[in-house]
This record gives sequence, structure tokens and C-alpha cells, in this order.
Amino acid sequence: MDILGLQIPLYSWETVLGSAISGVFLGSIYALVALGLTLIYGVLHIINFAHGALLMLAMYAVFFVWHFWGIDPYAAMLIVVPGAFAFGYALQRYVIGKTSHGRDEIILLVTLGIAIVIENAALFFFSADERSVQVPYDLDGIDLGVTFAVYPELFALGGSLAVTLGLWLFMTRTDTGRAIRGVAKERQGARLVGINVDHVFAITFGLGTALVAVAASLLAPTYTVHPQTGYLFVLIAFTVVVLGGMGSFVGALAGGFIIGITEQLGRLYLGESLGLITISAIFIMILLFRPTGLFGHKT
Amino acid sequence: MNGFAKSHLGWLLLAAALLAVPVFVKSGRWIEFIELTLFVAVLGQGWNILGGYGGQYSFGHALFFGTGAYIQALLQFKYGVSPWIAMWFAVSGGVLVGLFVGYLSFRYGLRGSYFALITLAFAEAFHVVARSFISITEGGRGVQLALNRDPDQAIALFQFTFADPFLKSYGYYYVILALLMIAYGATWWMERSRFGAQLVALRENEDAAEALGINTFRTKMAAICMSAAITSSSGIYYVQKFLFVDPAIAYGPTKSVEALFAPIIGGLGTVLGPLVGSVFIHGLSEVTREAIDAVWGARPGVDLILFGIILVLVLGFAPKGLVGLAEAAWRRVARGGKAQR
Repeated sequence: MDILGLQIPLYSWETVLGSAISGVFLGSIYALVALGLTLIYGVLHIINFAHGALLMLAMYAVFFVWHFWGIDPYAAMLIVVPGAFAFGYALQRYVIGKTSHGRDEIILLVTLGIAIVIENAALFFFSADERSVQVPYDLDGIDLGVTFAVYPELFALGGSLAVTLGLWLFMTRTDTGRAIRGVAKERQGARLVGINVDHVFAITFGLGTALVAVAASLLAPTYTVHPQTGYLFVLIAFTVVVLGGMGSFVGALAGGFIIGITEQLGRLYLGESLGLITISAIFIMILLFRPTGLFGHKT
Repeated sequence: MNGFAKSHLGWLLLAAALLAVPVFVKSGRWIEFIELTLFVAVLGQGWNILGGYGGQYSFGHALFFGTGAYIQALLQFKYGVSPWIAMWFAVSGGVLVGLFVGYLSFRYGLRGSYFALITLAFAEAFHVVARSFISITEGGRGVQLALNRDPDQAIALFQFTFADPFLKSYGYYYVILALLMIAYGATWWMERSRFGAQLVALRENEDAAEALGINTFRTKMAAICMSAAITSSSGIYYVQKFLFVDPAIAYGPTKSVEALFAPIIGGLGTVLGPLVGSVFIHGLSEVTREAIDAVWGARPGVDLILFGIILVLVLGFAPKGLVGLAEAAWRRVARGGKAQR
């Protein structure tokens, strides 16, 4: 088929289905990264540009924990996730909260500044080399007929579902979760009933960062890390969050799968390079025509 | 001295000092340094029109720089168009992209962070297009212009590497200085015009500006066009100087970030802000590079770590940037002087 001079190949349904299934696995990773972003947006109304840089930092942490102590990347979660929580808490409480004056464009710029600092600190200390964790099981997996899924992909898919469920339980069943939702809905009212809003903000940011660390552990066996890794994810994560509806967990999960499948089919039909235009195109369309996304509420 | 000269003495002195730079600066390395500082000052002034005066923060100003640079390079490379003609198309192309992005964004009422995100998305889309349509843009390899070795053709081909001694040393300096003077002159005019006042009004409160009868959509469209024209003009200098452009240079995040650093650090919504910011960051980057080279050996990243920290500090504690800090200090000195009298 020939559209506007572009050769659009025709594939068998097995190839297309295989591509779509690998898109589901890819999408589960995007969803994992986007969950933290959407949590932070939902509560603080911050578009956190440093999200990708924090992911990259967490991936380095997983790598070094494995490199120096030989700890499996999944076990590394026990160390990296609490560390990420503390880092995120401090970042919001002592940097973003103090410098942003509550204006959303300024917050965006502050988080951009933080991203630049983190990325270049990584470049300075760790160099631009690509690092990757080696695990013995990264090539084993299950034959799905039309495609082959390796265990790390399956774990990432399971992880994204489990994290979404866990996050939903946390937000609805615990006191902290209720406080977070209270602050998200009615900041002034929450303060009046005695909730420490700055503390809740920082906890939320810490949680978002902890989720990034979970994502980092789950994608460590299949992805290499270098200082620019975060930037590759940040645009996609924004797209997923905007598509799903800012602040919606189910939206982030669904958005992740939609973007993952679209990206893989885009690559299949339009080629490795042009295939990525589908992501920017979705992003632009959603921003223009449905900024509340698929599952978002009007504010 | 007539009235105009008297009231604009500072500006005239600054212009004279910039024009006379070759009299004082003889080292090629320093001229190069000053050129790149002025280049970022032009890039940043484009951002400042829309972001500083208009309050519309773009995260994708590489859109305009890249479009200008690509048109300037491709018209010469593919069609042998004279660079002196190509430059008009480069600026017009930048303005067209501005109209396109501006129309979609402002027509659908995107504000604040949403505008930032959509400009980022457009820059990324252009990046992918520049990389993918190899038959039009040469793809990821980029466009490499032929180096002219004939000194007689230096002016006609707008390349000064093999020109007479003066042009060879200072030709590109005057190119970027000319672009700077046009951009800053236009900004200076804008600040005093009705259009500038309307732009500042909508930055402060868009709904109130609308209520006062300002057509905010038209004002924002005019601002993005002016902004795009200035930023794309810096692409002309870049291509003639380096004779090369590729998708990452043109549409990658680096230029978008450089474009916003200078005006924010220098002083948002001030004529001189982007120049002050650019001088400050380039000076600082030079000093730290020397210091780091001496201590650890050459290592990338340190200057950007510092800029990131300074950006956050300026946003948090000096929202009017270095120009604002200088004005505050000047007022304090002036007041102190009066108190003694």
C-alpha cells in the first residue's frame, strides 16, 4: 500500500498480533513510570519534569546495588525504594516547595532545573557509558505462539497491575491515603481539619519517586541505563498521563497499554524512526481536543 | 547632544562598545566565545518575547531555531539558492511554524503548563520528521554544506573561513551582532508599543486583559510570530558558521533549554535580560571549565549542574533575574546617597 509516498507494508495477522502483544509489555513499563507522575499531578498539580531524571537515578542505584553487592535487581527494590522515597520527600519539602511559589509554570521550570542537575551530575560522576544489569534469566521466557515473552517482561506486566492495585488500596484504605486524597480535593479544608499539608505534599512526592524506583527495578533487566535514559521516558510518561487523564491511576495503566501498542504498531508500519511520531501525534491531539484525557475529571 | 542621544546614552554606548569589540579583542578564541554568547542572547531574546513579556512559557523553542537552520541549510544544499536569499525563507519558515503551533495552542486555549507541554511535543514531532524523511532532510546524517575556499566568493557565499584577514577574524562576529541589534532593537520598540503593553497586560491577567477589550488571541499570535522570527534568525548564523545541521542539533532539547536559561537568569521581560543571562552563564561556564580541568581533568556536565542550580535559585529567590537584582541594588545605593545629603 502506498500513502503519500510512504510505503505501508501489509503484514499477516500473526505479525500484527505479535507486535501488539509486545506493545502490551512495553506499555506496562510506560504505565509503571507514569503511575508516579500521575499521583504527583493528581495531588500537587505539579507536572514533574524531573520524573525521568529520577527514574534514571533509580536505575543507576539498582545497577550499582547489583554491581557492587551482586544483589538481584528485584531484591534491590528493598533498598532502592525506601531511598527513593526519602529523596523525593526531601526534594519536594526543601527544594520544590520552597522555590516554586505555587505557580505551575514556575514549578515546571524548577523541576526542569532539577532534571538538568541530576542528568549532568550522572554524566559527571558515572560518565556517558551505557550500563546494564546482567541476570541469568533475561533470555528465558514463555512462547506465546505469535511472539516470545521473556520473564522480565512478564514480571513488569504483573508488577504494573500489582502496583496499580496496591496504590488504589493504599489511597482508599489507609489514613495517609485518605489524607492525601483530602489534600488533593480541598487544600484549605484539609489544613483546617489539622492535616499538615506540606508534609502530605512531600509524602506524595516521595511516593511518586518510590514508584519510579519500583519501575526502575522492574525494567533494569531489559533496559540499559545512561544519563539520557530519563529524557527518553519523560515525554512518553507525559503522553501516558495526559492520555489517561491527569491524576487517574486506571488512566495511567490504560494509557500505558495504548501508547505501548501504538508505538509497536507504529514501528511495524512506519519504520523504527517515523513510528515514534505516533506518540507525539497522540500527545498533541489529546492536549488540544481532550485535555482531561480518557479518565480525567474536569477541574 | 540632541534629546534622543541624551535619553538613550546607555544604549548608544552599549552599541558602540559591541561594534568596537574587534578593536580590543584580538584573540580568535575570545571572539569565538563572544560570538557564542551573543548567539544565545539572540536565541533567548526570541524566547523572552513570548515567555518573558507574554508569560507563555515554551519548552520547545528549538522548533523555531531548527526550522530556520534547516531551511537555511537545505535551500543551499539542495537547490543552490544563495544564502542571502535563503535567510528570508528561513525566517519566514520559522514564522509559519510559529503561526501553526500558536494557532492550534491559543485557539484551543492552552495555558501555563499545557502550553509548555504542547511546544515540547511539537519540537519532538519535528525531531522525528527531520530524522525520518531522508529524501527531504537527509535524515540523521544531517546536512553538511560545502566549505568555500575561494576568498573572492566569501561575501557571495556568506562564508568567512577563507576570506580576507578582517572578515576571516570578525565576519561572523558582525553577522551575529547584526542579528542581535535587530532583535534587541525590535524588542526595545515592542516594549514601548501598544502591542507590548497589551502583551504584558495579558501576562499579568489574561481574563482582565480580555475584559479591557484586548484581543488576547491576536496579541499572543503576534508575540509567537515575533518570537519565532528572532529565534529562527539565530539558525541562519548557526548554519553559516558551522555549515552543518542535524535533527538533534536542530530540534533536540538542548536549544530549547538554552533559549529559556538566558532570559530567566538574566531577567524575564526585560530588553537586556537575555544578553545579561547569556554573558553570565557563558562566563561562568568558561570559569568552571577551567577550574574543573585543573582539578579533575576535562569532564562534561559541571557547567550544566551549576546552571540548573542557579535556575532553581533564581526562580525561587530572584524572580526578576540578574537585571532585577541589579536594579534593586542600584535603588538601594541611590537611596543611601540621598539619605546622606
